Amino acid sequence: MKYLSLIFTNLGRKKIRTSLTFMSVLVAFILFGLLGAVQTALSQGVDVAGADRLVVRHKVSIIQMLPYSYGNRMAQMDGIDLATHFVWFGGIYQDPKNFFPQMPVDPIPFLDMYPEYELSQDHRDAWLNTRTGAIVGRKLADRFGWKIGDRIPIQATIWTKKDGGRTWEFDIVGIYDSKKKGVDLTQFFFRYDYFDETRRGAEGQVGWYVVRVKNPDQAADVAKNIDDMFANSPYETKAETEGAFVQAFAKQIGNITSIIIAIMSAVFFTILLVAANTMGQSVRERIVELGVLKAIGFTDRSVWAMVLGEAIMLTATAGLIGLGLSWLAVSGMSDSLSGVFPVFYLPVKTVLIGIALTVAVGLVAGSIPSFQAGQLRIADALRR
Amino acid sequence: MTLVEVKDAVRTFKRGSEEIKVLDGLNLSIPAGEFLALMGPSGSGKSTLLNLVGGLDRPNSGEIAIDGQRIDQMSATRLAAWRASHVGFVFQFYNLLPVLNAVRNVELPLLLTNLSKSERRKQAELALDIVGLSHRFNHYPRTLSGGEQQRVGIARAIASDPTLLLCDEPTGDLDRKTGDEILDLLTTLNKQHHKTVIMVTHDPHAAARASRTLYLEDGKLVSEFKP
Repeated sequence: MKYLSLIFTNLGRKKIRTSLTFMSVLVAFILFGLLGAVQTALSQGVDVAGADRLVVRHKVSIIQMLPYSYGNRMAQMDGIDLATHFVWFGGIYQDPKNFFPQMPVDPIPFLDMYPEYELSQDHRDAWLNTRTGAIVGRKLADRFGWKIGDRIPIQATIWTKKDGGRTWEFDIVGIYDSKKKGVDLTQFFFRYDYFDETRRGAEGQVGWYVVRVKNPDQAADVAKNIDDMFANSPYETKAETEGAFVQAFAKQIGNITSIIIAIMSAVFFTILLVAANTMGQSVRERIVELGVLKAIGFTDRSVWAMVLGEAIMLTATAGLIGLGLSWLAVSGMSDSLSGVFPVFYLPVKTVLIGIALTVAVGLVAGSIPSFQAGQLRIADALRR
Repeated sequence: MTLVEVKDAVRTFKRGSEEIKVLDGLNLSIPAGEFLALMGPSGSGKSTLLNLVGGLDRPNSGEIAIDGQRIDQMSATRLAAWRASHVGFVFQFYNLLPVLNAVRNVELPLLLTNLSKSERRKQAELALDIVGLSHRFNHYPRTLSGGEQQRVGIARAIASDPTLLLCDEPTGDLDRKTGDEILDLLTTLNKQHHKTVIMVTHDPHAAARASRTLYLEDGKLVSEFKP
């Protein structure tokens, strides 16, 4: 501990150079945090996907519809506990930029299927008693200032009403929330019975199903049984776990993880060079001083540790501040980006990896200069 | 009582394929409390001898014993600890850390002790007081004159109260008047604080302050002078 102030003082030796290195590390870790949040956003749902839930869609694509009757047939299969369905409504609220997902569902099986959507008993009862009722996520309600009792008009882009109208009106009867991190609180759910009776065309059809298996270990077998049951029918299915479904959805725009790893590798390699160069120069400039330290009794190891400590202190301080700033930025942007990224936050895992990286970058950047400092021969150093 | 005993010390260096014998079987005995000056032309081996006695370097062969301890046989770590408690170094160009003020420069060797922060500070201030710089505690090297910087260097050398002071041309970068002040200080440390002082110098005027002067040439002692 008594060397800390010495380490800190040495870092202040060339203020401009240290500041520039500090800034490059800081910016790299801001980027790291932001990309971590983007990755989470793009793979949203994977972490919160239920291991016991399967998504069943049309074998050709999710755009193709499935019969409503499949729900009952699947619910009666061995190993399946519950089945519920969704339809992509794809409407516009006031302006296309106000995007948020809207889906008609059967309230009881839906709420049973997703216990992570926390809805009060009053709101639940209100939804069951109101055919035009809709429940919305807390973030969505906050975004538009909606409250219980508000009537929300949605312009349909896919589903025309039987009377030819395209404006669907829903009454907000509930706002769901969740204590679980990563749960999408920007969705809009309304009743399927109202939707099915009001829409023109495709009556009795749904977009996709979510089924809950009794034993998650048998999820793969159950998925295969489902696909087998509907094989050779006009509506063949593809069943997969919810996590796999979400991942496949995210991969439609590319392998996000690989892209982000590639970007971050380039960034970290660059800051590694910058930090290593800073430490290298710093050691070269004070070889005599390091020789003096050794002459007055500092051991090779303590000089090595001191130089390595400088590198770690530089990258760790800058990195931690960078991570902190990225956390602030992500928190600040979370609401404004909720239309694009419903789930946008800095995951704890990313923060922990970032903290480890702040130290690792310092360790690697300082390894060679500190080794050289430790190996300095006193007589040679003092002769310079 | 003999403090420094050098027996048959040989030190060679390689320059390319050539081997240069800087110390050639040198023998030397220095009693405790002596003020010894080492003189000789450049390359005669003065600084090398000083480095060997101070444990900064090791002989290729021969023995170096300080106060009965064979420092040439110590491990690097043990030798570092020995230096910290037994030797103080004074350099020609002061070699202060520019980022530390006077008192923190003097405190450096004390970081290697078990003293508390306040005890370290107190001892560093005492050392600065001894060298007459009690009014410059918080001054950085760049704000001090050459003589003052050398005083800080001497304060650093005596901070841990070593028995042996090794000075490598301590007045070589100073004008005559300031050099004399530094020599006065070294004399005081020798006479009043009982430090054994070994000083390498090119300056006969500085060597005149010593109680004995040894002349080296080609790695050997060639003559001795006592005033």
